[in-house]
Amino acid sequence: MFADWPLLSLLVWTPILGGLVVLLAGDHGGAQGAKRLALIFSTATFILSLSLFTGFDNSTSAMQFVEFYPWVSSFSINYHFGVDGISMPLIILTAFITVIVVIAGWDVIKTKPSQYMAAFLIMEGLMIAVFSALDAIFFYVFWEGMLIPMFIIIGVWGGPNRVYATIKFFIYTFIGSVFMLIAMIYMYYQSGSFSILEMHNLKLSMDEQFWIFLAFLMAFAVKVPMWPVHTWLPDAHVEAPTGGSVILAAIMLKIGGYGFIRFSLPITPDASHMLDWLVILMSLTAVVYIGFVALVQNDMKKLVAYSSISHMGFVTLGLFIVFMIWENPANSNLTGAVLAVEGAMIQMVSHGFISAAMFLAIGVLYDRMHSRNISDYGGVVNTMPVFTAFAVFFAMANVGLPGTSGFVGEFMVILAAFKANFWFAFLAALTLIIGAAYTLWMVKRVYFGDVANENVAKLNDLNAREVLIMSLLAIAVLILGLWPAPLIDVMHASVNNLLHHIAVSKL
Amino acid sequence: MTLDALNISIAWPEIFLLSMTCLLLVVDVFLKQSQRNASYLIAQFSLIGSLVLIWMNMSGQRAEAFNGTFVVDPLADILKIFICAVVALVFVYSRDYLKDRNIFKGEFYVLGLFGVLGMMLMVSSNHMLTLYLGLELLSLSMYAMVAFNRESGTSAEAAMKYFILGAIASGMLLYGISIVYGITGSMNITDIASSLIKQTEMNIGLIFGLVFLIVGLSFKLGAVPFHMWVPDVYHGAPTTVTSYIASAPKIAGFAIIIRVLVEAMGSLHNEWQGMLIILAVLSLAVGNIIAIAQTNLKRMLAYSTISHVGFILLGLLAGTKAGYSSAMFYILVYSLMTLGGFGIILLLARAGFESEELSDLKGLNQRSPWFAFMMLIFMFSMAGVPPTVGFWAKLSVLSAVIEIDMLWLALVGVFFSIIGVYYYLRVIKLMYFDEPIETAAIDNTPGMQIALSFNGLIILLLGVYPGALMALCFSVFAV
Repeated sequence: MFADWPLLSLLVWTPILGGLVVLLAGDHGGAQGAKRLALIFSTATFILSLSLFTGFDNSTSAMQFVEFYPWVSSFSINYHFGVDGISMPLIILTAFITVIVVIAGWDVIKTKPSQYMAAFLIMEGLMIAVFSALDAIFFYVFWEGMLIPMFIIIGVWGGPNRVYATIKFFIYTFIGSVFMLIAMIYMYYQSGSFSILEMHNLKLSMDEQFWIFLAFLMAFAVKVPMWPVHTWLPDAHVEAPTGGSVILAAIMLKIGGYGFIRFSLPITPDASHMLDWLVILMSLTAVVYIGFVALVQNDMKKLVAYSSISHMGFVTLGLFIVFMIWENPANSNLTGAVLAVEGAMIQMVSHGFISAAMFLAIGVLYDRMHSRNISDYGGVVNTMPVFTAFAVFFAMANVGLPGTSGFVGEFMVILAAFKANFWFAFLAALTLIIGAAYTLWMVKRVYFGDVANENVAKLNDLNAREVLIMSLLAIAVLILGLWPAPLIDVMHASVNNLLHHIAVSKL
Repeated sequence: MTLDALNISIAWPEIFLLSMTCLLLVVDVFLKQSQRNASYLIAQFSLIGSLVLIWMNMSGQRAEAFNGTFVVDPLADILKIFICAVVALVFVYSRDYLKDRNIFKGEFYVLGLFGVLGMMLMVSSNHMLTLYLGLELLSLSMYAMVAFNRESGTSAEAAMKYFILGAIASGMLLYGISIVYGITGSMNITDIASSLIKQTEMNIGLIFGLVFLIVGLSFKLGAVPFHMWVPDVYHGAPTTVTSYIASAPKIAGFAIIIRVLVEAMGSLHNEWQGMLIILAVLSLAVGNIIAIAQTNLKRMLAYSTISHVGFILLGLLAGTKAGYSSAMFYILVYSLMTLGGFGIILLLARAGFESEELSDLKGLNQRSPWFAFMMLIFMFSMAGVPPTVGFWAKLSVLSAVIEIDMLWLALVGVFFSIIGVYYYLRVIKLMYFDEPIETAAIDNTPGMQIALSFNGLIILLLGVYPGALMALCFSVFAV
């Protein structure tokens, strides 16, 4: 029904302008007006984003819903939007999670709720724009602009050490991205255009590819984040308010993975091939080592933050293992590589739901007890049975229990890794054990056993609002886990096209 | 010689401004202190009048007057329009501040207008003497303005320092001019250029002259290692004067660099490129690193200015059309953002309270969310974070440098701008994350508040749509 509308522009600007309206609504009368407006705008954006799905043509890998207008003529930078099967699911994920975040912050945020809601709405628009921009500088503007609301969110509504965390977050990401900017400008002088699709077809020498790949790696590895540049994430997560953690884990990390798919692999295929060992090494370190780090955390949020890094290791592993799969003579066709990349994509979407749910579950506890320490809890199931049911379900999804979305992506990536190298697959599969260990151990200590202290005894179970957000996420996790086919169908053509593209050397 | 040969008509904006300033000088004497607003209005009328005259006389052509000593070209028109507009904003911002300190006097406007006249002469100079005349008119006005608050010891000290260092710089510049005159036999910029093109051999005397010229210009612009006066003068001068010094004169400084280095000595590009590289890298490094240690907002902005000068020099040294236009874009954008930054200080200042320490900004978001947001825009723009216009300024300079295959210089540029991000973020941290110490309401006149909001929104709008201004900057260079 929205087929001939400039859908992507609407998706980007509705929340941004909505955010400004919410700002103007202000905090009068407990900010009820501002909150309702925020809910209306975010829901409207989500409904609009669904029409991306209904109007999407699965059979082509070409960009769809394309909008193209000249923007800055001196540098031939264009207002160029378009989505393919890789970006479209992430846009819907963004719109969905923002609705959840708005509902989750409803009663919880007491200081300046209108600014809080506005920041999330504006960030939603910027993130959707990042996923749909097809012009490198256009992409960069939103990529950097996105930092501003997040900086404010962590800094204003965060925990006691928020200033350190938010400045670290900003500077880390900024360092990574300026080198990407230099790489983009360099390619502009090679190709005469900032169009990402033209950069895909730009011939580059091995030397050029090498440096461009490293510049992109700096930007995206920080964002994912990959070991060893992950250290900003636990700080940012611990200090951020629940909504900030949810957006960080569910969407922002995905932007790093998306960057690898949109920039690194197709623009510098030969350098990606040459340096794939580096990325695989970093990914496997994340999966195994960070998994062990998660095991020893006392802070629930930190534990989930490390678990996020570990799970995102699967994404980068899936993306860069394709070259090794090709090198293995047993795989003559693309099937194994397709499995790897699609597994990485599903892992991204699934982790978006699961990490959001995990952080929201911690948020539920934190709002009641104002503590994130595992040792302050115990026996929560006795006082909050409904909540515990949800929490245990999401924990199982985090572990990768079959039937939940967590299983599908990890399983596909491990399967693909087998086609490359047994030991890679073995190391990756270790996460099923380590992940189970840290997640279930936390579940045991927090939720089960006897009631640990009188604070836990006084806990109230979920209210209707919390049940609503938890159920929405649980449904999403279940659907994706039991029936991932629609998602795979959507991305299949684009993934195939990507793999055909990177299989051809640019030299 | 008839009047026609002088081609006096293209200098109407300057003539108008001079007449109005003299009129103001006379009228102001007869005004009572309660009628001082009239001086302010006359000053604003003069600026807007000359702006309109420049606008109406814009022909898009190059024209010379006064025997080729005075030139009007598209570059001059655009820079002059910006100078008038920026100074008009400075005057709007200044009024409350001056009244609160009992220095709301006509002399401030007279000196300010003479300074504008000097800047317009610099921008339009096609002769070393015109250039020097304009520069001295500006500098002398600024020396007096820095010492404008007679009661203040720091102002007097700053003025003294500024005067002595400025005089040395002028001397250097004059010496450079005389050497160039000795070699080329002319002080007319067009003639110098044509004479230098004929020189095929490297002339050591010429290099000497060039060095003196660059040293003189760097002093005026505040590039490292000739930056020592900048923090002290910015700090010591009344904030109104600082906002004046930090904004418009930089545009004029850019103009004389274009006139001297590009138009007159363009054929020596290889020689001055190396010198500018040193100045640019040092300015970027010193400006950004020392700014971190500052606790005074005016000093921090002074060091930030030094680092911006480094970026502008990066654009200039590229020596291409893209480079010059990127530097011009940068300087115009810079003058608007730095004006906004000082505007916020002026907004928060009140009688007996300067509000110039960083800690005075604490909790601004709780006192005034709107102006905290404006300051956020200014700071992110200075840091070069999109979607503000500062990002486009940095982007165009970097791309000009990359275009001439000086990738390492671009990397140096971004490296130091990463360091720069830290101290801009700290300002935002103070405004948004800390509890306010000051709780006094912001009670400035609506005019100032509207002008400041306008200034901030311009930064944002130019950030969303930078194309027009970029194209304008690109169109004025013929190279």
